[in-house]
Amino acid sequence: MIIVKNLYIDLSHFHLVDINLEIRENGFFALMGPTGAGKTVLLEAIAGLLPLNKGRILINDKDITDRPPEKRGISIVYQDHALFPHMTVKENITYGLHFHNIDKNKAEKHLEDLISLLNLSHLTRRLPVNLSGGEKQRVALARALMIDPKIILLDEPFSALDPSFKEDVLNSLRNLHQTSSATFLMVTHDFSDALFLADRAAVINKGRIEQIGDIKDIFQRPRTPFVADFMGMKNIFPASFNGKTALIDRIPIELANNPDMRCRYIAIRPEDIVISREKMVSSMRNSLRGKITNVIDQGFTYEVHADVMGVMFKALITRNALIQLDVQKNAEIFVSFKASSVHCF
Amino acid sequence: MKKKEPFFWITLSCGAIIMAFILIPLIEMMTAPSFSMLKETLKDKDVMRSIWLSIYASGSAAMICLIFGTPLAYFLARTDFKGKRFVESIIDLPIVIPHPVIGIAILSVAGRNHPIGQLLSELGIRIMGSVTGIITVLTFVGLPFYINAVKDGFEGVSQRLEKVSRSLGASMFSTFFRITLPLAWRSVVVGFIMCSARAISEFGAVVIVAYHPMIAPVMIYERFEGYGLKYSQPVAVWLVGICLLLFLVLRLLTLSKTKER
Repeated sequence: MIIVKNLYIDLSHFHLVDINLEIRENGFFALMGPTGAGKTVLLEAIAGLLPLNKGRILINDKDITDRPPEKRGISIVYQDHALFPHMTVKENITYGLHFHNIDKNKAEKHLEDLISLLNLSHLTRRLPVNLSGGEKQRVALARALMIDPKIILLDEPFSALDPSFKEDVLNSLRNLHQTSSATFLMVTHDFSDALFLADRAAVINKGRIEQIGDIKDIFQRPRTPFVADFMGMKNIFPASFNGKTALIDRIPIELANNPDMRCRYIAIRPEDIVISREKMVSSMRNSLRGKITNVIDQGFTYEVHADVMGVMFKALITRNALIQLDVQKNAEIFVSFKASSVHCF
Repeated sequence: MKKKEPFFWITLSCGAIIMAFILIPLIEMMTAPSFSMLKETLKDKDVMRSIWLSIYASGSAAMICLIFGTPLAYFLARTDFKGKRFVESIIDLPIVIPHPVIGIAILSVAGRNHPIGQLLSELGIRIMGSVTGIITVLTFVGLPFYINAVKDGFEGVSQRLEKVSRSLGASMFSTFFRITLPLAWRSVVVGFIMCSARAISEFGAVVIVAYHPMIAPVMIYERFEGYGLKYSQPVAVWLVGICLLLFLVLRLLTLSKTKER
């Protein structure tokens, strides 16, 4: 179990404020947030590579705040892999063994296991400069795991990867986590990666934690407008509430349940909104008349902006739907969504 | 073929003028002495002793820079602190101070009237007119060249590599010798060459601290003053020739190792 208590770091241009985290042993924890939120700073602080101004870090109830990085049992894997360029793949992977008393036969066995698990057997004699992005990432992972660390820190493991290698590394990571006893802490700005791998997560913004908890819970029940936006809920509106109805300006929105007393906002995912030419006759209890103001091409999908009595709704539709509906600017349409798709916070 | 613009011809002609400016005097000097004169100079023990002393003293100075300058270069490459610019300016000072002034400055510390001079004389170390004095002066003038080259080299090694090494269990010491130094060693060699090249060419500061024992530049000056250009040229040719040979060997050694990688 990793516990971070009241951590505070002042880097003159940037502050990490009041960080409190609890990460279960052998868990997979994702630290999410936009670029510049302070994720890597927090990671380096946990690894002991950056001094804290205030706060404590505990691993399995032992205070390690003042321990040097080499005595923490924490491996770090950077997004640019940081392989030692003057060493071969094998020398890179076994680098940590120089500093650990690991039985030679055991180490040999572990090395073979890692090499086959990460599919590196044909690369062991190469220099890093001759490896692809995905291969470098797998070598960096093997190097970090070789010394049997208690904790592995992953700094944006997919950001420097070609999309074709990404799936490969995603699966490798999941396998590694399942087969090793280490606790994984991953920094990412991509929510879908976190959803695939992690069980718990924290969203960090401008040096502060916005929300922490079960990853599915964060996805379904964001607690702040920032988290809702980060989770891809593009329709976030301040609202007033009256029983099972929320009011955005004058627009009444039906809710599935009575909202909590503290609720101030409602949020709807763009993929939960359906655009139609006629008023929907379906289980969707909310169907509002509006006018299309913009259609943005996003490759496989289109983001449609619709003005409903002065309030802007954003919906995601497929290319097929766009052609069938003949969606154009200024077209009169209906914006419909289920009461259960409306999230209050 | 496309017609070249005037700008191209200006750059080309300036380049040619500079090349000629550097090479013509050097070639003239190198080819001036006759073969028999060169051979005769080679037999002159004083000349050979002075060239050897020049090489020995500048090599020692570069070694001292390597031992004491490397940690400082690393520190400057890795740390940001208030007054860092000031420290860097102090390191560059020996480049801008006139050379005889450096000699005088060192003598004023090494004299009997200064506590450091008193301490040195109690320890039996003489600066004035000694090899120790020469090495001291050469270290003084060579340091900035060594430190700046090596600092650039260390800055070129990603700090992340060191961080990963630490997280894998290596101490700061092991990280330096296993990661940083193997990746920056070429800069260390370049720094060493730059520093010894600067040291071997020093005259103004050395002549004040130690006219004797004579290093090669002082000997060349003395021959020129006493006997004229003709007698100083062969010594100069031997000095330049041996220096070029040494630097070439060092360069080749480092290049061949680079290819192995």
